[in-house]
Amino acid sequence: MDLNYSPDELAFRDQVRDWLSKNLPAELKDKGHYSKEELLRWHRILAKQGWVAPAWPKEWGGTGWNVVQRYIFEEELGYAGGPPLIPFGLTMCAPVLLRFGTEAQKKRFLPRIYHGEDFWCQGYSEPGSGSDLASLKTKAMKEDGSYVVNGQKIWTTLAHYADWIFCLVRTDATLEKRQEGISFLLMDMKSPGITVRPLILMDGAHEVNEVFFDDVKVPAENLVHEEGKGWTVAKYLLGHERMNTGRIGESKRQLAKLKELASSQMKSNPRFRDRLSRLEIELIALEITNLRFLDRMRRTGQPPGADVSMLKIKGTEIQQGLTELAMECTDPLAGDEKSLALQKKYLSMRKTTIYAGSNEIQRNIIAKMTLGL
Amino acid sequence: MNFDYSEEQQLLADSVRRYLQDKYGFEERKKIIAGQGWSDEVWAKFAEMGLTGLPISPDYGGFGGGAVDLMSVMEAFGEALVVEPLLPTLIAARLVGRAGSDAQKKTILPAVAEGRLRLAFASSPRGKVVGAPAAGKLVVLDGADLHIADAADVKMEPYRTLDNMAAGEVVVGKKELLAKNAKAHVDEALDFATALVCAEAVGAMKFACETTLEYLKTRKQFGVPIGAFQALQHRIVDMFISQEQARSMACLACSKIDSSENASERARAVSAAKIRIADAARHVSQESVQLHGGMGMSEELKVSHSFRRLTVLARQFGDADHHLERFASL
Repeated sequence: MDLNYSPDELAFRDQVRDWLSKNLPAELKDKGHYSKEELLRWHRILAKQGWVAPAWPKEWGGTGWNVVQRYIFEEELGYAGGPPLIPFGLTMCAPVLLRFGTEAQKKRFLPRIYHGEDFWCQGYSEPGSGSDLASLKTKAMKEDGSYVVNGQKIWTTLAHYADWIFCLVRTDATLEKRQEGISFLLMDMKSPGITVRPLILMDGAHEVNEVFFDDVKVPAENLVHEEGKGWTVAKYLLGHERMNTGRIGESKRQLAKLKELASSQMKSNPRFRDRLSRLEIELIALEITNLRFLDRMRRTGQPPGADVSMLKIKGTEIQQGLTELAMECTDPLAGDEKSLALQKKYLSMRKTTIYAGSNEIQRNIIAKMTLGL
Repeated sequence: MNFDYSEEQQLLADSVRRYLQDKYGFEERKKIIAGQGWSDEVWAKFAEMGLTGLPISPDYGGFGGGAVDLMSVMEAFGEALVVEPLLPTLIAARLVGRAGSDAQKKTILPAVAEGRLRLAFASSPRGKVVGAPAAGKLVVLDGADLHIADAADVKMEPYRTLDNMAAGEVVVGKKELLAKNAKAHVDEALDFATALVCAEAVGAMKFACETTLEYLKTRKQFGVPIGAFQALQHRIVDMFISQEQARSMACLACSKIDSSENASERARAVSAAKIRIADAARHVSQESVQLHGGMGMSEELKVSHSFRRLTVLARQFGDADHHLERFASL
């Protein structure tokens, strides 16, 4: 047992860290919210370096790094404090196309995703279909070689920036097994009949939207995999390597900043200090748990099991805990911009235990898949 | 980076686990507890498997192993709720190995490795000492100095701890000096012991989680296994998560004991581990009893005994509050 990185892995980490320190523009660091231009600027800097899609096959621009190197890279990226890499194209749509797409679809979309020419969003949730995603109702009926889409998606992150949306739609409402009537469809956001309406969250920020589809015509060539196989695609994506769901790097940065912010509380208030210590220890433990999963993947060559859901559960609890303590470092009645930003960050982070499969759904997954209940 | 046990570590862990499964079942353990509180036969077997000599230097008949080597053994001990005082013996042997003279080491360490001598560690000349009734010699901290005493020179009132370990209220009489100003050695040995207690607790938690899962799958109410209820599913998932997080910290503590050159880095890792393990032990033990319902309270089920052990391990060598204080000071 050796919990330390090997000299090669350390050298790799230093190389990544050094590059990030020279190439991540200071004005892009630690902003809670980013404009489309800011997100794409950072995306393109990484694309130019050849590092924007490490996990892709080499022929499409992947780096050929092993799982540990990819993890180190993602952690350093988070720790550096730059804009997030928006996952919808890079780590959601692209793996789906690589696995199920036609050659034409790959050639058409992958290079544009890689270079940040298309901004993607994800159309999964509907007003009546959250955790029970398979109940979704947005209809896509085939007419003259096209699909005609009607319905509504909700909580669509950054749809107002997006050029494209990948959607789960119902192509057959008559089947008893409702999963079998779902298909995976790609839509141009400029298509007539698509309307995006902002949903402002409690921190006042515009991140998510409702997206309405009113007789939207989608060419049949934009179907991914076969008609009625959308659920298979969605499940593949769910089980696709998600080793950074714990967001260790970002939380390490938040922890370091919190310690600076809270230096006086740490000395004067042992109750606060102990809560911070427990969070720090939970983060140390999660990092090791994450590395244990990686090590297992590397040894067995198997994709991570359902128990990586625990990385999401613990990672988001830590993120929330850190922002809650930072909020508590402010005057409750403050009106200055800095204090309000810390308070609003606390509000904003409440979403993390709800999105991407709520933590309750993650527990269902572990109970069923890992514990056999 | 490598989180695997080496082949030797794995083989040893497997053979210890197999032996405990075959010969150290709940009923056998009960008999040992009803008797003198430890089994000389089991101890001889531990010695034969190399456990008593594992961390002792090869110069004195041992195998020169470290905390990581012992981790899998302690985990297996935790699963089986072993009551034989291996840990007290190994703490004391570590102190002799680090602080004693060559002559002292020669008399004591080979006897420990061969299973002929058990030891215990007394943190003062008067006080409670786990493992004392079974020990032939006691290593005694008196102020800053370390001594060694024969059991014959120790007055002792034997008793049992909450988790059925044989312990004694001791008053040490005649004793021989091991080393003066041995504080650094004692700190190190206590960190070593704390890391191993963490590993033992992980084993006990593993048992508690697995037996509770089994119960959820077999116990039926309202016509279905109670594990079909989401309220219980989420709680047992959280138990398993606690156990995994605790295991990660036990790995960290044991590997820092073996690899860290720096005392405060080592102490910080050990305290962090003990805090997480104390929290997890409390969580897992309490939930394991609750999810068993009335049966969890019964002395007839092993889960009530893992509860007792976890309650002690959570606080032995410093509870969470103690280690939070130390963690913050480092």
